[in-house]
Amino acid sequence: MFRFRLDGSSGVPPYLQLVHQVRQSLLLGYLQEGDRLPTVKDVAADLVINPNTVVKAYRQLEHEGLAGGRPGQGTFITATSSPVPPAAQQDLRASLEAWLRAAEQAGLDHEAVTALIAVARQDLKQDIRQDLKEERVR
Amino acid sequence: MNQHDADGSVPALRTDRLGRRYGKVWGLRDCTLEVPAGAVAALVGPNGAGKTTLLEMIIGLLEPTEGQVSVFGETSRAGTAETLARVGYVAQDHPLYRDFTVADMFHLGRAMNPRWDQKLAAARVEALGIPLKRKVKGLSGGQQAQVSLTMALAKRAPLLVLDEPVSSLDPVARLEFMRDVMATAADHALTFLISSHVVSELERFCDWLIILSGGHVQLAGPADDLLDAHRLLTVPRATPDADLPGRTIHRTDSDRHSAVLVRAEAGQLAVQGHAGWQADPVSFEQLVMAYLQRTSTAATTGNPAPAAEGPGPNTKAVSR
Repeated sequence: MFRFRLDGSSGVPPYLQLVHQVRQSLLLGYLQEGDRLPTVKDVAADLVINPNTVVKAYRQLEHEGLAGGRPGQGTFITATSSPVPPAAQQDLRASLEAWLRAAEQAGLDHEAVTALIAVARQDLKQDIRQDLKEERVR
Repeated sequence: MNQHDADGSVPALRTDRLGRRYGKVWGLRDCTLEVPAGAVAALVGPNGAGKTTLLEMIIGLLEPTEGQVSVFGETSRAGTAETLARVGYVAQDHPLYRDFTVADMFHLGRAMNPRWDQKLAAARVEALGIPLKRKVKGLSGGQQAQVSLTMALAKRAPLLVLDEPVSSLDPVARLEFMRDVMATAADHALTFLISSHVVSELERFCDWLIILSGGHVQLAGPADDLLDAHRLLTVPRATPDADLPGRTIHRTDSDRHSAVLVRAEAGQLAVQGHAGWQADPVSFEQLVMAYLQRTSTAATTGNPAPAAEGPGPNTKAVSR
């Protein structure tokens, strides 16, 4: 049975942490279509969290088409898992490792690396939004 | 009297301009709030904020000076058996008779509560491994808390009020007690109102947040929505509050930057186009602490409050 965990110091709301874990596990192949997720009560007792948080996470997963409730049986994974193809994953990982090495040589510590990635992501998001806007204008 | 929500459901708890005066001093004033059925609501506030006054009026132990409390649409009348039976209460120090056995406590509960569920009470303590014949003084702090919660549950009250239920427990007993509360919340259609000082732990337990300070409600609503409506801005130090999006809740100025926690509607928080500005989501603890650190008066009414003494020399709390 799949087990959730909770990182109290991450700053990410608990319900989103649960959603992320299912998404990631699907991506990595740890969860597959037909797998049953633990009951709301089990997750609430296991992680000592509000059951409404678990309900909210499961609803979000249903909304995203990743899971579905079967009356009286529980919540099941409904998505055909679409893991990142191994070749693509390997390529991306290799280029990321090369980049991380370069960052270390340039004297960036862990925090600086995280900050730089966050900033780059933010810029990329804005670029994409900008592109979309321009497309709409055209 | 029935009071319905916009969506037609009756809130588990509603207070309407509730106030209580002790002599010339108001312990709580103009307190209007709602907790929907099924919520686990956290009540936080510094000592002297009016939490106990509010809780005692909710459970029917204290008569309001003004305003009223309704529980599931029924207006409460302090001191009446009917009102007292509708709210389960776990007090901070888990008051139980030390020389009574657990079974004796249950007899007492049955005598005092018309809807007492003896089966539920017995099954719970058995599941928790607490012997019915054990005297209260022979139980651990955690077990006493469990018996106290069991007494409140066996009343079959739809609303449970827990006043600092874990403050006297060690970390392990605390975790086990809250594990039990969370499992119980999952099993029964119950609404919880829990007051606590342990802000760091609350995020996992509650989906509804009420911040009380200086006898007034500072912030109340669904925890996730409240988090969404706040951002931590990092801006150049010289930036005045008036130039920032939204309303400044708390500001910390360092040499070059200011960290400002603001409240703003979605879409109002755009910081693009401002070089050197950054907007980050706030954590639950940051949100609560920001409100607790600002001055007590009138966040909800919008009256200007004098700058408060913050925890550090460069910290000030502002309200406008």
